[in-house]
Amino acid sequence: MHRDDLMSEIQAAHAHTPLPAAPGRAVRIGIGGPVGGGKTALVAALCRTLRGRMSLAVVTNDIYTTEDADFLRRHGVLPDERIRAVQTGCCPHTAIRDDITANLDAVDELVALHDPDLVLVESGGDNLTATFSYGLIDKQIFVVDVAGGDKVPRKGGPGVIRSDLLVINKTDLAPMVGADLDVMRTDAERLREDRPTMLVSLREQPDAAPIAEWVTALVRARRS
Amino acid sequence: MLPLFLLADSRLPSGGHGHSGGVEALVDRRLVRSVDDLALFLAGRVRTGGRVVAAAAAAACTLASGTPDWAPWDAAVSARIPSAALRTASRAQGAALLRTVALAFPTPAVAALRALPRVHHPLVLGAAAAAAGADPGQAAALALHHLVGGAATAAVRLLGLDPLRVTAVTVGVARAADPVAADAAALATAAVAAGDPVLLPTEGSPLTDVLAELHRASEATLFAS
Repeated sequence: MHRDDLMSEIQAAHAHTPLPAAPGRAVRIGIGGPVGGGKTALVAALCRTLRGRMSLAVVTNDIYTTEDADFLRRHGVLPDERIRAVQTGCCPHTAIRDDITANLDAVDELVALHDPDLVLVESGGDNLTATFSYGLIDKQIFVVDVAGGDKVPRKGGPGVIRSDLLVINKTDLAPMVGADLDVMRTDAERLREDRPTMLVSLREQPDAAPIAEWVTALVRARRS
Repeated sequence: MLPLFLLADSRLPSGGHGHSGGVEALVDRRLVRSVDDLALFLAGRVRTGGRVVAAAAAAACTLASGTPDWAPWDAAVSARIPSAALRTASRAQGAALLRTVALAFPTPAVAALRALPRVHHPLVLGAAAAAAGADPGQAAALALHHLVGGAATAAVRLLGLDPLRVTAVTVGVARAADPVAADAAALATAAVAAGDPVLLPTEGSPLTDVLAELHRASEATLFAS
């Protein structure tokens, strides 16, 4: 598809917002987790699924800052002006937890420019100890993957235990890596009490439908 | 004294961890490879860009006893930073620090900083330092402390330098920076007394400016500057 066609398609998608507007009330969702778990794939999937329903913007914090933004642009999921890349100086966890000022700056700029319904803040790839400050976001999704081994949920950490939604991605790889999905689900549910866990394969479900529904419910709740 | 220590702490949320003070561009070009290289670079920065930001912070500290018109002082800092990339970095760090300072030290002078869209970092630092009880010499020293500390930390992260040796050479740099701070504060006090920001010092280091521009145009960077 020609780039101009793609851009007009994206703009048309943004012009169509069936939900009532709620100026200045963007829901901010942090997406964190270890390297390679599927954070960027999830952001791309949410953008594709939700862009027809609501106005979106994305802040990326990847270690090679422009890579994630380029990924989103290449896949045509969001126009450039709705994406900001924040550089974190080798400390992705600092930028989302201890010193959130650069990310706040990026979020505020996107809110001022676009007044979006939803801002996704994607952390750089980190480890199981990463967690977002609630000074930066309203809710956080922690993404781990099956290929990292079925003991990952048991290891815990603030992301696995206290995130508002735990996503266990790449369920399609379970037979290949000898991971037991029931063990992962049981361990996660035991550690997380009543907080939700979703096992998905973003490769097989590129619309990320259950996660998109969870996000949409948050945006609806903000507006009611 | 303790509130002032908070402003010197690298844990203060101020966006500094995302900036290397020019070190990443030097490391990428193998111009800084060792602790000794870092020490040489820091000594040069203290006497040039460091002297400028120290004077700006000291001037802001003096001005902050009232409710100043910050615009001409902000313009004076811009005029002393030839690289657009470094001006952007200075304003980004000023905006980041102001988020924290506006909550922690809500004085009239700090509130007046918010009348401008994005104020340069040393002016925010100086105004906060005044609110924390600093004199202009201490505000100047604080600006140099952050310039040295930010660059040294970035070098440790990028090159895997021995942090104990880096700390040791940083102490040497800091001792040499003390008289620079005192001198910058004297110049700043005179500039404020004359009501003329043109009197602030104007040293620079062209390589830092050129590399900052190249850094901004580079694809894969870990630090914003």
